[in-house]
Amino acid sequence: MATKSASRAARHNSRLHGRSRAGNTVNFLFLALMGAFMLLPMIYAVSSAFKPLDELFVFPPRFFVRRPTLDNFSDLFLLMSTSWVPFTRYLFNTVILAAVATAGNVIICSMAAYMLEKRKFPGSRVLYKSVELALMFSGAVTAIPNYLIMARLHWIDTYLALMIPAFATPIGLFLMKQFMGSVHDSLIESAKLDGAGEWRIFWRIVMPIVRPAWQTLIIFSFQSTWNMTGGTFIFSEELKTLPSALSQVLQGGIARTGVSCAVALLIMIIPIAVFITSESRVLETMGTSGIKE
Amino acid sequence: MKQKTPVAKRPHRLRREIARNVDAYLFIAPFFLIFFVFTVLPVLTSILLSFTYYNILEFPSFVGLQNYFNLFLNDDVFLLSVKNTLLIAVITGPIGYLVSFLFAWFINELSPTLRAIMVVVFYAPSISGNVYMVWSILFSGDAYGYINAFLLNLGFIFEPIQWLTDPKYMLTVVILVMLWMSLGSGFLAFVAGLQTVDRAMYEAGYVEGVKNRWQELWYITLPTMRPQLLFGAVMSITASFSAGDVTSALCGFPSTDYAAHTMINHLNDYGNIRFEMGYACAIATLLFFMMIGCNQVIQKLLRKIGT
Repeated sequence: MATKSASRAARHNSRLHGRSRAGNTVNFLFLALMGAFMLLPMIYAVSSAFKPLDELFVFPPRFFVRRPTLDNFSDLFLLMSTSWVPFTRYLFNTVILAAVATAGNVIICSMAAYMLEKRKFPGSRVLYKSVELALMFSGAVTAIPNYLIMARLHWIDTYLALMIPAFATPIGLFLMKQFMGSVHDSLIESAKLDGAGEWRIFWRIVMPIVRPAWQTLIIFSFQSTWNMTGGTFIFSEELKTLPSALSQVLQGGIARTGVSCAVALLIMIIPIAVFITSESRVLETMGTSGIKE
Repeated sequence: MKQKTPVAKRPHRLRREIARNVDAYLFIAPFFLIFFVFTVLPVLTSILLSFTYYNILEFPSFVGLQNYFNLFLNDDVFLLSVKNTLLIAVITGPIGYLVSFLFAWFINELSPTLRAIMVVVFYAPSISGNVYMVWSILFSGDAYGYINAFLLNLGFIFEPIQWLTDPKYMLTVVILVMLWMSLGSGFLAFVAGLQTVDRAMYEAGYVEGVKNRWQELWYITLPTMRPQLLFGAVMSITASFSAGDVTSALCGFPSTDYAAHTMINHLNDYGNIRFEMGYACAIATLLFFMMIGCNQVIQKLLRKIGT
């Protein structure tokens, strides 16, 4: 193990040829500055969630909270505890939905991407082009045809209507296919000579190599499924998701300004947490991702 | 080696090709079944609906190219929205794309721990959804809006500027906020792509006389990153052409004199408020073809990298 980590360190250092110390410092300072700028609105959102009501409405507005309080959060839980369907049910719904949809999306898109990238067969080019084009159509006008299809399938008011379309996203296939190109064909050929089937090659060889790609896709996919409200497809209250329940809380109007700041923070914190965990996993495997041949 | 099998000319050869690739079809079947039912079918329906008058209640009636004639001949607001959309796309698209790549590359130069932190910091705004609303406080039109207060204190201006309601400034503010938000999916794909570049390539590069990080970027990193660059380009195009949420959140809907009205705003106006679905579909179809055209041009440009 020691030799492995040593070689990993060596590989990392050797990559930094031709780097001047001054350049590195300037680079870091620049990024730190820009990073602070990017974070400003986030900090504002966090700070607002802890503001008491009078500070939220104070004029002129303040950036930072003066007397932080958890009132907004306790108000939110009070509101949610009086709701007809318990809060935990909404949470459970969203977690299940996001987990299943994300897993399905990654696997189904990767399978299709692998074949489209590595094999030429009748129709493969046309199919791929259609996916690339689909990325550019505005989703706003497809709502009605989509509803009609769901109704025809009797999927209205079931999770199938939310999960199944989320399995096959054009962006997922496009992303995975672009990365699959970096897997050398010779690797696949030699695995075939060793008698490995396509599924084994896909699962044991290709997927580990394109790990950064599907880690990225997990983030995209989780981010979009976590924010799913159920829209026009879900009517039963006990099937509704966390975002739709929280948006109902906000219907209370201006009196719930404090609560809405708490909601905004809660809704964004989970995807960011998922993102951070997946990023730290990227770190772990960084050393092995250089292995190609 | 990739095998290039020419598309069979005679039917029985085609059948043999298909039979030989049965496993490939099985691999792609789950994706394309779902994709056709829930993406291709609705998109084709929408394009067909663009040739009809459809108010959602009654069955659509065919009107030929009437919707398109109306868009170009009778709808000044639409033409304005095309102008705004193009202006936003031309500025935020390329700049956002370059900025995404540069930041991903700068971040990649850092040590692994710092890199992970920076990636989170820079991508967080894209995850957080509606946080860009904070900008409406920064750009608030009275003397207490942060930016107005700052400029007033420094003496650059003598009375507060109505950033979000004065047609002179609205589009600029929208473009600034969209640039701030542009580190999105493309950025993340670049970060991941930079990690898959083969380390041995850099070694070989330095043996052959690459001297600094800039040469390394142009001769080694960029050519190997072409697939991710293409992905980022398509993402930039879709994001910049479908601007609409930001404009309505910041400048209101409709905005003063339609000065920040985009094609997506116009589409939502007709689709969700006036229930003229045929007309809305015509707008979506036009936007679709604008993006396709733009994509063609950019793919041609990207082929020239590193040559």
